[in-house]
Amino acid sequence: MSDLHLLSLGEQIHGLARGQFSSVELTQHYLARITALDSHLNSFITVTPDSALQQAAAADQCRADGQAHALTGIPIAQKDIFCTQGVKTSCGSKMLNNFIAPYNATVVEKINSAGLVMLGKTNMDEFAMGSSNENSFYGAVKNPWALDRVPGGSSGGAAAAVAADFAPLATGTDTGGSIRQPASFCGLTGLKPTYGRVSRFGMIAYASSLDQGGPMARDAFGCAQLLQVMAGHDSKDSTSVDQPVDDYIGGLNQSLTGLRIGVPKQYFADGLDTEVKAKIEAALQQLETLGATLVEINLSTTDAAIPAYYLIAPAEASSNLSRYDGVRYGYRCADPKDLTDLYMRSRSEGFGTEVQRRILIGTYALSAGYYDAYYLKAQKVRRLIQQDFLKAFEQCDVIAGPTAPTTAYTLGAKQDPVSMYLGDIYTIAVNLAGLPAISAPCGFDADRLPIGLQLIGNYWREAQLLNITHQYQQQTDWHSQRAPLAYKQEA
Amino acid sequence: MAKLIHGWEVVIGLEIHCQLNTQSKIFSGSSTSFGAEPNTHASLIDLALPGVLPVLNREVVNKAIRLGLGIDAEIGRASVFARKNYFYPDLPKGYQISQMDHPIVGKGHVDITLADGTVKRIGVTRAHLEEDAGKSLHEDFAGMTGIDLNRAGTPLLEIVSEPDMRSTEEALAYVRAMHGLVRWLGISDGNMAEGSFRCDCNVSVRQVGDEYGTRCELKNINSFRFIERAIDAEVERQIDLIESGGRVIQATRLYDSVKNETRSMRSKEEANDYRYFPDPDLLPVVITDAQIEQIRSELPELPEARKARFSSQYALSAYDAHVLTGSRELADFFEATVNAAGGDSQAKPAANWVMGDLLGALNKAEADIIDSPVTPQQLGGMIARIVDNTISGKIAKQVFAEMMTGSGQSADQIISEKGLKQETDTGAIETIIREVLAANPAMVEDVKGGKEKAFNGLVGQVMKASRGKANPAQVNELMKKLLAD
Repeated sequence: MSDLHLLSLGEQIHGLARGQFSSVELTQHYLARITALDSHLNSFITVTPDSALQQAAAADQCRADGQAHALTGIPIAQKDIFCTQGVKTSCGSKMLNNFIAPYNATVVEKINSAGLVMLGKTNMDEFAMGSSNENSFYGAVKNPWALDRVPGGSSGGAAAAVAADFAPLATGTDTGGSIRQPASFCGLTGLKPTYGRVSRFGMIAYASSLDQGGPMARDAFGCAQLLQVMAGHDSKDSTSVDQPVDDYIGGLNQSLTGLRIGVPKQYFADGLDTEVKAKIEAALQQLETLGATLVEINLSTTDAAIPAYYLIAPAEASSNLSRYDGVRYGYRCADPKDLTDLYMRSRSEGFGTEVQRRILIGTYALSAGYYDAYYLKAQKVRRLIQQDFLKAFEQCDVIAGPTAPTTAYTLGAKQDPVSMYLGDIYTIAVNLAGLPAISAPCGFDADRLPIGLQLIGNYWREAQLLNITHQYQQQTDWHSQRAPLAYKQEA
Repeated sequence: MAKLIHGWEVVIGLEIHCQLNTQSKIFSGSSTSFGAEPNTHASLIDLALPGVLPVLNREVVNKAIRLGLGIDAEIGRASVFARKNYFYPDLPKGYQISQMDHPIVGKGHVDITLADGTVKRIGVTRAHLEEDAGKSLHEDFAGMTGIDLNRAGTPLLEIVSEPDMRSTEEALAYVRAMHGLVRWLGISDGNMAEGSFRCDCNVSVRQVGDEYGTRCELKNINSFRFIERAIDAEVERQIDLIESGGRVIQATRLYDSVKNETRSMRSKEEANDYRYFPDPDLLPVVITDAQIEQIRSELPELPEARKARFSSQYALSAYDAHVLTGSRELADFFEATVNAAGGDSQAKPAANWVMGDLLGALNKAEADIIDSPVTPQQLGGMIARIVDNTISGKIAKQVFAEMMTGSGQSADQIISEKGLKQETDTGAIETIIREVLAANPAMVEDVKGGKEKAFNGLVGQVMKASRGKANPAQVNELMKKLLAD
C-alpha cells in the first residue's frame, strides 16, 4: 500500500488490529517518506530507522501474542527535548549536539511501553525558545502547507512532520504556546495539558513552572489516544500531580448541549488578523449549532501576560541552563585558558542568539536590586492572571478564541524578537495559569494557510477539551485536509 | 562573663553546616556514605544531566524538625526551597538548592554552660536545609582539576545563630552544645574530620556599648581547636587593625592553621549575586501539626531536661549532671549503671565510677563511651558488691581493671575466680590482728602513747596480711577493741 500515511489514525489502528498491514510495513512506509521528502522541511534532527524497525517488529510480535495496546505499532516522532536513551538528544542546540542521553524521559518510557515506534527526534527552537522554529542550531523548519512559511515553534519540527505525514503522532512541549501555535500554523490538533498532568522528568527544562509535554496529531482522537499514554503521576517529578487520569477516548462522545463557551472580548481586539477572526467566529457558530451557548467574558489581564511571561520564563531559564557549562557533557570550547574562559566561550559558542538573550534577560530580572521590580512583580501578575481565569470559569465551562493572531508568516519575516513575542498573546496566559488548552484547525486563509481555534479548559478538564474538539471534528473536515506535501510520493 | 580585651568586646555569630545522617541524598537516591571512589555515588540527578529533576528525601525533613524541636524553635509550616545561583565546577547544576525566605526551622535557642558554671542562652536565628556541593581535587591531576561529585547533594542543615556570643569560650561552648545536640538527637554523626560538622564564624569587635563593628566571616572551620584559634587570631587582627588607625573591611576570610592567621578570600564587593529565587522544580514543604507531634513523641529526653532530672532524681551536683549528660550515650550508660547497682540510692557511687575511673580510662585510650569495654551491667554489678560489702573500694579497682580488659566477665565471676571476696569473718580478722600486734610491739606502744599514725600503720599491716580482703571498717573496729583490752 503506497498511501498508508493518508489513512486516519483510527484507520491505522484498525488496519494493524485486523492484520491488513504490519507495524514494520507502516514504519518502513513512514521512514521512506522521511528519507525522500524531509529535505523539503528539515523536520527531523535525528532519524532512527534501525531502532524503529526493531520496535516495529517487536510491536508486531506483541500483537501476535495478543498483548497489544491500542497504539502498539503506531509510529511516533519525539520532540528532541525528550531524553531518549542511546539516541542524540540535542534540544535543538549546538550545546547538546554531542549529547547521547543515557536515560529515557518518563514520557518516552511510557510511549515505548505502549508499543509505539519512534521514528526519530524532531527539530525545534533551541531549548524550546522561539515561536517560528528559526532558532534551531539545525536550521529552520518549513511549513508543509507553504515552504516559504514557518511551521511555528517551538515544536515546529513535530508539527511539520505530522502535517507532512511523516508520522501520525508526535510529542510536543508547550511553555508559552509551543504545541498549540505550531498546531495552528500546520493545521493540526495539539493539546497542552494542565501543568502537572504529564511528567517533566527527562524533558529538558526551559522554564520549569510553565513547561508541559503534550500530544500532537491530526485530530482530537489522536490527541486523546496519545495523551492517554503520556499522562499520569510520576514520583520522579515533584510537580507532577497525583490525580487520576480520565478516560480520554471513552469521553469523546459527549453531547455539547448546555455547554457554556466563554468568548473573551480581549481575544478579538486589535492585532487579530481579520481572516483569522472570521474563521474563529464561524467555528464558534458551528459549536452553537452543536448545542453550546456563547458567553462574552472579560479577561482584563490579557495584555499583562506577555510581559510577565518574558520575565518569569527567562528567569527560570537563566538558572535551568546554568548546567551547560562545558564541564561534564555537551559543548566545550577548544583550549580554554582558565575556568572563566571555559565558561564564557563554551556558553557563548554553544548557545544561539535567542537563548543568550533570554539568559541575559532572566539573569537581569533576578539580580539584586531588580528582583522585586521584575521577577516578583511578574509573579504577582501571574497570580492575577490565574484569578482572572478562575473568575471567568464561574461564567463558562471553556474559553474559546484564536490560537494565534495570524496564520504562518514568511521565514525571516520577524527579525525583531518583540514582534515575535507578541504572537504569543493568546497562548501564553494559559501557561502562566497552568490550565489545559487545545488548538484545532478551523479553516484556511486566502493563501490556504491553516487557522487554529483555541479552547481553554479549567484544571484537569482535558477530556472535556478533547470531546468538544472531537464533536466539532465530526461536523467539519478541516483536520483531515492535507498539505500538498502529504500527497507527494517518495522517489 | 565576657572577656574584655583593652576595653574591646568581641561579638560572634556562628553558622554551622551539619550533615544529616540519612542513607541517601537530599534530592536523589544516591548513597551518602563517605570515602567511596570518586563519582561512584553520583547519579544522573547528582550529575545534573539535562532533564533530571530533584525529589525531596522526606527523612531529611524529619531530621530538621527534630533539631527544631530540640532548640524549642518554630517549625516552618510551608518552607520553600530556593536556588542559589553561581558557577563552579563542583556545583553541577550551576545552582545550589537551599532555603532563603522560608526556612524549615525558625527562631530557637540553646543554653550553654560556661566553665564558671554560669548558663547563657544563645539565640538561633534559623536553620535551613540545603544540598552540599561536590569536591574539586586540585592535587591529583597535574595542570588539571578533578571533580568528585560523591558529596554533591548530601543533605546539610545550616544552623545560624544570633550574634550572641561575647568570647571565644562562649563560641566554643555553643559549638560543643550544638555538636552534642545533633548527635543526641540522632540527626548527624557530627564527624568533624569527615566534614559532617563545619563552622563559619562571624567575628567583629566593638567598644562596649557601641553598635556592632564590621564583621568578617571565617569559612569552613572543622575542628574545635581551629575554631578557638581562628577566632582568637581574627579578634587580635581586628583589634590591632583598629588600634593602629585602620578599619575592618567586611570580607570572607580563610583560617590558615599552619600560620595561625586569617587571610582575605573575597571582600563584600567581590561577593556573588546569588540571584536566589524559589525552585520551581520543588513544591513548598508543608508540615502538619500531626507530623510535628509524631516527631516530638519520638524525641529522646533532651540534654537540659535530663540534666535537671539527674540533679533532682539522683541528687547529683550541677557539675556531675552536666558531665554525665555530655552525650546521650553517656547519660544512658550512667542510668543503666545506676539500675544495675541497685537503684537511685547508688547514683553517687555510680557517678563517681563512671566519671572517674571509666571516663579516665577511656580518655586515656582516646575512646568514646560507646567503645567502652565495660558494660553498665558489669559496672553496676560491681558497685552492688561494694555496697553489700563483698569487696572493698580498693579491691574494686582490681575488679574494674580486669573488666577493662574486655573479658566480659561479671564482677561476681572475677571476685570468685580471683578470690577477692572481702573477709568479714570476725574470728579470722581477729586472728590476723593478733598476729600483727604480736609482731609489732613497738607500734602497739606508740598507739597506746597516743600516736594516731601508728594505729593507721597497724591497720595497713592487717590489710596487707589479708591481701586487701579484710573489711577495713571491721579491721578498724576490732583493732580498737583489741588494743583497749
